[in-house]
Amino acid sequence: MANDNQLLKARNISKSFGKAVIALDNVQFDLNRGEIHALLGENGAGKSTLIKVLTGVEERDSGTVFLNGKEIRPKSTQDAQNEGIATVYQEVNLCPNLSVAENIYIGREPRNKFGKIDWKKINADAEELLKRFDLHINVTKNLDNYSVAVQQMIAIARACDIDAKVLILDEPTSSLSTVEVEKLFGIMRRLRKEGMGILFVTHFLDQVYEVTDRITVYRNGGYVGTYQTAELPRVELVAKMIGKDYASLNESVVAGQLGEEKAAGGEELIELCGVSSPGTIQDFNVKVRKGEVLGLSGLLGSGRSETARVLFGVDSVGKGEMKLKKEKVHFKSPLDAIRSGIAFCPENRKTEGIIGDLTIRENIVLALQSKRGMFQKISKKEAERLADEYIEKLEIKTPDAGQLIKNLSGGNQQKVILARWLATDPEFLMLDEPTRGIDIGTKAELQKIVIDLAKQGMAVLFISSEIDEMLRCCKRMIVLRDMRQVGELKGKEISEEAIMNIMAGGEK
Amino acid sequence: MKEKFNKLSQKKAFWPVVIFLVILLFNGVVSGGDFFKLSIVDGHLYGRVIDIFRNGSKLMILAAGMTMVLATGGTDISVGSVMAISGAIACSIVNGNILPGLNGNVVVAIILAILAGITCGFWNGILVAKIKIQPIVATMILLVAGRGIAQLVTQGKIITITSDAYYFINGGYILGLPFPLFIVIFLAGVLILFVGRTSFGLFLESVGCNPKASKFAGIQVDKMLLVIYTISGGFAAVAGLIESAGIKGADCNNAGLNIELDAILAVAIGGTNLMGGRFSIPASLAGALIVQSITTTVLAQGVPAAYIRVLKAVLIIVICLSQSKEFKEMLTSHKAAKKRKAVGE
Ligand SMILES: Nc1ncnc2c1ncn2[C@@H]1O[C@H](COP(=O)(O)OP(=O)(O)OP(=O)(O)O)[C@@H](O)[C@H]1O
Ligand SMILES: [Mg+2]
Repeated sequence: MANDNQLLKARNISKSFGKAVIALDNVQFDLNRGEIHALLGENGAGKSTLIKVLTGVEERDSGTVFLNGKEIRPKSTQDAQNEGIATVYQEVNLCPNLSVAENIYIGREPRNKFGKIDWKKINADAEELLKRFDLHINVTKNLDNYSVAVQQMIAIARACDIDAKVLILDEPTSSLSTVEVEKLFGIMRRLRKEGMGILFVTHFLDQVYEVTDRITVYRNGGYVGTYQTAELPRVELVAKMIGKDYASLNESVVAGQLGEEKAAGGEELIELCGVSSPGTIQDFNVKVRKGEVLGLSGLLGSGRSETARVLFGVDSVGKGEMKLKKEKVHFKSPLDAIRSGIAFCPENRKTEGIIGDLTIRENIVLALQSKRGMFQKISKKEAERLADEYIEKLEIKTPDAGQLIKNLSGGNQQKVILARWLATDPEFLMLDEPTRGIDIGTKAELQKIVIDLAKQGMAVLFISSEIDEMLRCCKRMIVLRDMRQVGELKGKEISEEAIMNIMAGGEK
Repeated sequence: MKEKFNKLSQKKAFWPVVIFLVILLFNGVVSGGDFFKLSIVDGHLYGRVIDIFRNGSKLMILAAGMTMVLATGGTDISVGSVMAISGAIACSIVNGNILPGLNGNVVVAIILAILAGITCGFWNGILVAKIKIQPIVATMILLVAGRGIAQLVTQGKIITITSDAYYFINGGYILGLPFPLFIVIFLAGVLILFVGRTSFGLFLESVGCNPKASKFAGIQVDKMLLVIYTISGGFAAVAGLIESAGIKGADCNNAGLNIELDAILAVAIGGTNLMGGRFSIPASLAGALIVQSITTTVLAQGVPAAYIRVLKAVLIIVICLSQSKEFKEMLTSHKAAKKRKAVGE
């Protein structure tokens, strides 16, 4: 009987890359009609690899996949789509140089009766589709005009629009804020009702319990088990993912909460005085003190990342001025900012972070090298020491530092980029969605590192869509809306309601 | 021993060097050993192998500069025209057509010609780095206009010169070896040292791979591009000097004609990804020698010159296939399918 309901069945799947990396070792996965099924595991557990194998991006070494009882072996994503599997990959793989509407309908363009592509219809349909996600944007503009989060929403909208039986979402919520996540869940629930099977990967356990029916856990490329969500307590779930017992995890949670008693901020390090930047932020007055973690909150497009970009010399200061240690500064390029002791871990790891064809080691030393200058070459020994230090500290999962970064799992790539900036030993560290795609164990670890760094006197600007994390790390918080500063919260005032209230328009 | 071999074969220059040696060996066998014959006349080394190095020197110099340009993900198709400009300027000065006050001073002629090349490269760099014109279009401007400029310098004539000092650039010998070889060793050597001893190489690969992320990591992408196109222009000027010293004059229409394609081919044979990223200058030098030795081989076999082009075309196809992921997958999946069949799956 249960079999009638079965939509997708994968058995004995193995996949390795070279000799050193066994990404999947004899794993299985089941998906029923009308079910949302979470696939969970640490960074590098093999979740994305399973998805790539299911959808024809990678060829499996062994194993079988049945869809509706029929064995399938897709050779490409197009193939998989034709079989009825729509996918949003972890790294958004849309075309930055095409318009939003083209991206949504590429490969399945509606045509008029003369066989010509019906642009009017494409644009109108795209607009209509995105409205369902409350995304009111100009669909004729090129995709790269929009932030990662918007791109992620577009990718999701595209996948939901494809007439599919199986929908696969690999960390779709990693850069979305609560509001957008709710919208996505609404749509997922509707699709579930219509009988679709949804595979959902995330590192947010709240979301798992909110929306999924069953959970499958992988660890280190191996299959751990499949459980009914309602019957699996959170603690047990975590233990299954991490493979450590509850006690040792508890320790790291407690460690995270230690941050409650955060050091009081010292003297001002950097300051924006009435700064506007052409086309983005308007009239910003922001001070960051030594030893404090300042949070920037706001919805998508509220100006969080834009503020960091101005501070880092990527976007120019139009009006107003910037001061570093009370002295006026003008950064012409990121290099100027880096030389002044500033580090910025940007939100879009694929386009602004990783250098795919370079090794982990090279990626880690890159910013430090430009800080020191081209002629002070970092010796091989020092590079090795740095890389190994951070691989251990951030638990980057890789056989060695000589691997190409593009072969790492998403979360591990993120850790390398963090390592790159920590290695420059900055006075002012800006983190834009630093824990995007990072698993829960490491997330607590990272938050602890940030709080510790601040304790030692570093100034930190922290941007995250995850309110929990902001509450844990930040001592002061500036709330933004529509490229303007609309409020500031300090110490005990900071709470989810207070933030939401300001965001929604109750100015403070 | 085997380990050592494995390590050696990991080097990018390994296979190009092996292929070059195989081509030499082929020639040696076909010619019954004549090919390897070296003779010493007046303490100067002569021979077919020596010729390959001498004639290949221009290409090696161009390939060294072109390697870096291609590693950024760009291209420089103006190098042939820049060679023509440099030859035109140098020869016109040496025979007194322009700046007669210099009395045909060879050193000044050389310096001015190289400065002209550097200026051309700088111009390309400005177009690519600052004005953000696509490299192939940006350098096409000089490809087209460059020969015109050279014609202006020579007033549309083919210039011939008589200057032993100038001839030396191509025909001279030091320690029994042809002088152009020393130019190659000097220029490529300085470049390789620069790339190896500083972090220029790391930055260059980073820029070629992901310029935006490189900028965020503090690399001055625009400056790098400017420097690299300038070097390429300067190197092209030096190649132009060797060429004009070889034909003892300046021929604006034919100097360095189509040589940009050979240079790109040489770099591709060396295994540098033309989309940017990882590169190796020694491998490109070996690539240049391969291109040159094929030309020499075909000519030595008495095959009509037209066939050289066909042969190069075949070579290009082979390189493209060996770099194509799809092709490799086709081969391996074919093998895998066979294996699967054999297992009876
Ligand atoms: N092309 C590749 N070459 C080499 N190793 C790879 C390749 N792709 C993935 N891997 C390795 O396979 C393992 C599993 O990676 P995968 O991307 O499936 O992890 P994941 O569970 O999705 O992790 P994350 O939560 O960080 O996204 C990792 O150790 C990764 O380094
Ligand atoms: Mg993944």
